[in-house]
Amino acid sequence: MALGAFLALALLALLNALGVPQTAFGPLSFGLPMILALLMAMAFTGGAAIFIDRILYRQLRKTGRIILLIASVGVAFALRNIIQFIWGPLPQYYHEEIQLARKIPLLGVKIKPDEVFIIGLAAFLVAMLHLFLQKTKTGKAMRAASDNVELARVSGINIDRVILWTWAIGAALAAAAGILAGIENKFITPNMGWEMLLPIFAAVILGGIGSPYGALVGGMVIGLSEEVSTAFISTAYKPGVAFVIMVAVLLIKPRGLFGAK
Amino acid sequence: MESAIGVLNYLVFFAITAGIYAVLCLGLNIQWGYTGLFNIGIAGFYAVGAYTSALLCGPPPGPLDWRIVGGLGLPFPVGVVGAILVSGIIAFFIGFITLRLKEDYLAIATIGIAEVIRLALKNESWLTNSVWGIKHIPSPLHSSIQRGISSFLTTHPDAAAWIRIIISKAYNWFYLGLVLAILGALYWVSERSIRSPWGRVLRAIREDEAVASVAGKNVFRFKMQSFVLGAMIMGMAGSLYAHYAKFIDANSFEPLYGTFLIWVMLIAGGSGNSRGAILGAFVIWGIWAGTDLMSGYLAFSATRVASLRVITIAIILELILLLRPQGLLGEEKVVSKLMQK
Repeated sequence: MALGAFLALALLALLNALGVPQTAFGPLSFGLPMILALLMAMAFTGGAAIFIDRILYRQLRKTGRIILLIASVGVAFALRNIIQFIWGPLPQYYHEEIQLARKIPLLGVKIKPDEVFIIGLAAFLVAMLHLFLQKTKTGKAMRAASDNVELARVSGINIDRVILWTWAIGAALAAAAGILAGIENKFITPNMGWEMLLPIFAAVILGGIGSPYGALVGGMVIGLSEEVSTAFISTAYKPGVAFVIMVAVLLIKPRGLFGAK
Repeated sequence: MESAIGVLNYLVFFAITAGIYAVLCLGLNIQWGYTGLFNIGIAGFYAVGAYTSALLCGPPPGPLDWRIVGGLGLPFPVGVVGAILVSGIIAFFIGFITLRLKEDYLAIATIGIAEVIRLALKNESWLTNSVWGIKHIPSPLHSSIQRGISSFLTTHPDAAAWIRIIISKAYNWFYLGLVLAILGALYWVSERSIRSPWGRVLRAIREDEAVASVAGKNVFRFKMQSFVLGAMIMGMAGSLYAHYAKFIDANSFEPLYGTFLIWVMLIAGGSGNSRGAILGAFVIWGIWAGTDLMSGYLAFSATRVASLRVITIAIILELILLLRPQGLLGEEKVVSKLMQK
């Protein structure tokens, strides 16, 4: 996630240097370079994930799942510090100006134009993921492999290819999330991914491990609970709220809302 | 001669820190090496141990402190026991929630509790003094040993310079002895327990839970015992750290120092092998401290060098996983005297 956000930053600078016009799209605070940077960063991050899978995870896959987990913790530390090595630990900005919220005539709520873009793009990505999982052959193979790897293998599904796709899509989506978070928060840091780890885990557990739609609902519930909680407790404890929800889910319904039986 | 003494003093300091890490590794070895429990929240238990001990034994809050509790000034052993108990209780809570579920849940819950503990350390200033940390944590027997040192130095004014330097650092030697004695005791307990019927059940659970439970073993209970025991050892390491460093704050227990390095140590040394756990702690801490010494020769800023060190350690971890997954010292396959080798 942080990798994607920082790649976008680098690409943004590159595109600016190449002379792609900076003019903003209508009311948005960014223009064409940001969109191009977003798409390219998603592609590059997906590529990076495939690369890491080829050189590392593929060799380790036979040794067991937990070894993979340890290896991925190591990769996370390495990536984060590569980012920190290049850009330093301080926050970086996509653009510096402050955007004012505008009132939406009918609803009476105030919202920034950038935020409309974020919501729209998030909804678009979710819709695309849904179509991919339901309509394409690779998507169906992915769901089959998630249910039962052995069964999927004997039905002739190329598990290796499915894993590759999973990495690419997961990493590209993480990159998009990082960039959107960067647009919303106005800054990105090497630690941004780590700080969101706990809410993400909580969302997946709440939704049920292995269920993409559950993860969606879980993400909405966790995100909203975290924001609402700030009315009652210190904002520093946002991740704590996610943790409490997670503990409650594990105690009451460990499989999550939409988890497999 | 003088510089050799300087190196020796540094080595003592190095060995104390590595010894504390070795204690953490032994705790993780019981959880992961013996039982296959994936704990990525070591830092949480380590920090809880350190803060418990500091609050039990440390001085009462001063006029500039935010915290309003703690500082009972109790003796060192009380702090150690308190650290062990509190980390054990937290581990019991986490284990109760997750040890019946698949292994992924334990991993997530441990990282969760560690993050929550880290947030609490930073924000609950009434308890932890937040970013100002807890200062002046007493070291055991410090004043009497210092008195001994100064009386020696005054009564032997004509002793050679190198003797005077070594004697003046005698407290570190004492603390090193303390850490090594505790490490040795833990090593003995750890080795005895893995060679006991109890230890063999743990290994059976690690290899195949279903088989262990078919053999009539209460898998949940054994896992819980292993998890709580490991966490208690981590809490004890926290106490040892607090009383040596004399000052603790939330930064001392970042996931990098508190969790990641310890995993690399155990995997490098050889998980499932107590000697491997200790060896790994010393070797990886040697590499970590060595890269710190080398950093002066690199033409990068301090933060960049810090990143490079973490990247180096991460690459070492991945290379070990790829090339020598059993670590420097692999696990002994046979741990019962009754079975033929």
